[in-house]
Amino acid sequence: MVDKLALLIPEIILFIGTCIVMVVGLSPSAGARNQCWLITAVSLLFAGIAAGLGPEPAGALLPGMTSFGKGLTAVVGIMLVLMMPGTVDRREEEKIRLGGKFDPLRLTRAEFYAFILFSLTGLMLTASADTLIWLFLALELTSLPTYVMVTISSRRDKAQEAGVKYFFLGALGAATFLYGFAMLYGGTGTVRLDEIRQVIAEGGMNNLTVLGLVLSLVGIFFKIAAVPMHFYTADVYQGAASSVTAFLAFVPKTAGFLAILLLCAAAGWDQIGPAGDATALAEPLRYLIGITAAVTMTIGNVLAWKQRSVKRMLAYSSIAHSGYMLVGVLAGPGNGTIWSSGIAAVLFYLAVYGIGNAGAFAALASIEKIGKDGEAEEVDDIDDLKGLHRSNPVAAWVMALSAASLLGIPPLLGFFGKLPLFAAGVRAGEIPLIVILGLNSAIAAFYYLRLIKAPLLDDPATDDSQASASPFAVRLFAGVVSAGGVVVVAIASGALMSAATTAGQLNDSSAPPAEATQERGSDHGEDHADSGEIESIERVASR
Amino acid sequence: MILFALIVLPLIAAAFIPLVQEKSVKTVAMVGTLIPLGVGIGVALGFDWMAAGYQFETSFAWIEPMGLELSVGVDSVAMSLILLALLLGPVCVGASYTAITKKVRTYYTWLLVLQAAMVGVFAARDLIFFYICFEFTLVPMYIMISLYGSANRAKAATKFFLYTFTGSMVALAGLMYVAWFNASVLGNEWTFDIATLTAAGQQMSGVEQAWVMAAMLAGFAVKVPLFPFHTWLPLAHTEAPTAGSVILAGVLLKLGTYGIFRFVLPITPEAVAEFAPFLATLSIIGIIYAGLICWVQTDVKKLVAYSSVSHLGFCVLGLVALNGPGLSGSVLYMINHGLSTGGLFLLIGMIYERYHTRSMNELGGLAGKMPVWSCFMVFFAMASVGLPGLNGFVSEFLCMMGTFQADSSWAGAIGTTPGNLGPWFAAFAGTGVIVAAIYILYMVGKVCFGPLKEPGAHLDHGDDHVLPTDLCAREIGVLLPLAAGCLILGVAPSPLLKSLEAPITEITEIYTLDRGDRGPVLAPLGDAPAPVSNHDYDGGAH
Repeated sequence: MVDKLALLIPEIILFIGTCIVMVVGLSPSAGARNQCWLITAVSLLFAGIAAGLGPEPAGALLPGMTSFGKGLTAVVGIMLVLMMPGTVDRREEEKIRLGGKFDPLRLTRAEFYAFILFSLTGLMLTASADTLIWLFLALELTSLPTYVMVTISSRRDKAQEAGVKYFFLGALGAATFLYGFAMLYGGTGTVRLDEIRQVIAEGGMNNLTVLGLVLSLVGIFFKIAAVPMHFYTADVYQGAASSVTAFLAFVPKTAGFLAILLLCAAAGWDQIGPAGDATALAEPLRYLIGITAAVTMTIGNVLAWKQRSVKRMLAYSSIAHSGYMLVGVLAGPGNGTIWSSGIAAVLFYLAVYGIGNAGAFAALASIEKIGKDGEAEEVDDIDDLKGLHRSNPVAAWVMALSAASLLGIPPLLGFFGKLPLFAAGVRAGEIPLIVILGLNSAIAAFYYLRLIKAPLLDDPATDDSQASASPFAVRLFAGVVSAGGVVVVAIASGALMSAATTAGQLNDSSAPPAEATQERGSDHGEDHADSGEIESIERVASR
Repeated sequence: MILFALIVLPLIAAAFIPLVQEKSVKTVAMVGTLIPLGVGIGVALGFDWMAAGYQFETSFAWIEPMGLELSVGVDSVAMSLILLALLLGPVCVGASYTAITKKVRTYYTWLLVLQAAMVGVFAARDLIFFYICFEFTLVPMYIMISLYGSANRAKAATKFFLYTFTGSMVALAGLMYVAWFNASVLGNEWTFDIATLTAAGQQMSGVEQAWVMAAMLAGFAVKVPLFPFHTWLPLAHTEAPTAGSVILAGVLLKLGTYGIFRFVLPITPEAVAEFAPFLATLSIIGIIYAGLICWVQTDVKKLVAYSSVSHLGFCVLGLVALNGPGLSGSVLYMINHGLSTGGLFLLIGMIYERYHTRSMNELGGLAGKMPVWSCFMVFFAMASVGLPGLNGFVSEFLCMMGTFQADSSWAGAIGTTPGNLGPWFAAFAGTGVIVAAIYILYMVGKVCFGPLKEPGAHLDHGDDHVLPTDLCAREIGVLLPLAAGCLILGVAPSPLLKSLEAPITEITEIYTLDRGDRGPVLAPLGDAPAPVSNHDYDGGAH
């Protein structure tokens, strides 16, 4: 119990931050209200430090992933929070500034920042999940606040539509993987992931377990926006404010990938794969993830190519990035080095993607234009980015560098993110997937190039009102931090890579230990009883 | 260490550009390219041109968990290409003095960055370092074309970027496979050291080699460009600013042939030997097809662009001949083509600056009006077409001779070497030489001689700098080093050819040495050609 609590210190810190933000956000003093983002960022900072110092969970399937996941959440979380100021309550604050009455009921700032912290707490909890129930609760804690964030992030009707759409489809996804978790429990008789691992390693998978795993994965595909659970992505990303979209593109996706890695670790990468060694997932999962990866990256990239809206383009590209990372999931742990471990590659790529994605959206959030009704509105059309280097050179460079990194132009960070994915895929013998990955990286050039060219090289479109800088300068600061990240972290990516490699180590002790195999004879009867029980459950299920 | 200086010096100069006044930007760029040239000449003087192996090797650990190193080193092939790149640096800066009037800082910054990346490609001894430089050359070139090109520049730049980027991604997959093979199947440490990977790649089975070769060629053949992947090139060349065209033709296309020379030939010998006739056929189609297209061009720049496709066909043909004459001819061709085609692009740029047209229908008889320009034009045209005594002749002749001799089935014929090409290939390639003579002479005849024809209205263009009718001293100064190079390499190519022997023998040995149970890649003379496909395929992972 005490061990568990020690493990949860980062989450506890975030929860304390949530409580403070809820109170401060309702303060009648505008000066205090405006500090919400700062409190959020600081509590993330402390949580990140605590995660770095925290213990490794004993008996977890991926023990190193816990602190890596939490640290990543904190670092990228801070970047995301830095671009949040001004997302909600802008008009109300303006009224109050001009002498209007302060009405706490009309302000949503407190809830907004509290939801951000709740969602990030959920992400951290996902990283430390060790049972199916915990995993489900953590995933839902990650997602539920985002539904509200989408809805309150913008006053436009589109945001309402996006929120409703996101909520209903999200509920469908959650129901799917909850159903899967239930089957998994039925098939293995336990909710503890390490025990599931043991049961599967010893007795193989029965049909119920397979069905449970498949349903769980398909449900979680909603979180990572993998085909065919991707349909909400473009509309929701476009409907939400840019800063919230950045949040959506990173937080639920990371939670989804951590969950997928945990589930796959429970299923075990110990089947004979195309490379001829025992490092592959069981057949049905291998085909499920492999086909999903290929289709996801292709559809994401092809659809992104055709978009004029920058946010839709980035939405589809985030789908494509999910496809790339699924290749790493498929490749599995290998022998644990960065060149062999697909898990390390996925974790590293999550960081690479998180930083580049934050930069692109921060650039978008840091500019605005005057809409038809005379109010500031977001820049979304690619034509509005043209000539940005004249009006706002910093934002233009942030956008170009982030897009170039996401595209994977060396020597930026995105290039180093793709290398381990390529290597792990080749090691696992998934050559066709690697070729598809290479071609997709090339298709991505078709649209990312427009995101580099429009702000940096093109002349402004004359007939349109020029994009101007947003009054919230800290958003641009977030962009500068991420753009600096894609350059600086790339040059010194060794440390991050080592961290990802450590985080990707599979806990071998959760595989059946040698004693257990020997002891099998003694508790043979019990085993038998177990399988009898499973059979009866199967029969029930088949009815 | 000194090689790193060649990479870093242009970058330092680029860092100075934002700090100085706009009118001194050119001077900074000139100094920033002249100093590396000076250092490069110093390196060349200290370089032992006759020795085998790599010299000036330095390496730093970079990203240790990945086994990446910043390691450099040069052999005589790399050294001579570096010298070519360094020489074209100040030439390009000089050629842009009056042509580039807008966004001057951006232009020269990227030109200097490009200079650094090009040296990095030839000097790299680490695969990932090579790839980073190789890929990064796209960015400056893309920016140069899309900001400073002519009317159709946006399309040209995008097409250039997408074509080459696509190819390179597939090439990366192939190269990663070799690295994986080295680490997993052979059980070595993860490394990207080129020498280690070269040795490892040769151990792959025939099927693996074929796939890896296909993947690598996807990157390098697009860059060369080999028929049918050449369609980006005429567009990019035509739209690029003069200096862009010069660098593109002079150095960037050579990245493809250099990649084939450095990676494809030594890493996948069995596959190359088997597919040599196929690659040679593509080269020959390129030579003739592009030559015929040149014939009907009216745009002078487009004509020279297509002639590059044709010339680079000879270059690849020499490479896949897989023997001494072919390879040395091909390497020499890389340098010669950079000099002569670079000169032609410069000359066309000078005309364009004066008349704002490149159409042969609007220009004619310039010899009377611009004697110095016409003199250079005739000179570089002759160098390009292969007039004996100028550089083009030597390399073209060697490439064809290599192709002719690369024939295992002509048992005992004098001078033949093992290989899968032969006289027929040489004969078809030879027709390309005739076509080349036709289109180049046709162009020179129309533009330089005959009755004077000029688009008079264009002469009074509103630019504040007015160029003299004929070439000014700066322009002559830009052309002279290239002309001198053409002449020297034409009259006395043997010192360079001798120094190229050592690295080339290293490659031909891979093909002719008996490798124990797998036999030599190319059957020795006198035997019936051994079908390469009979090699056992069990050497790999399966």
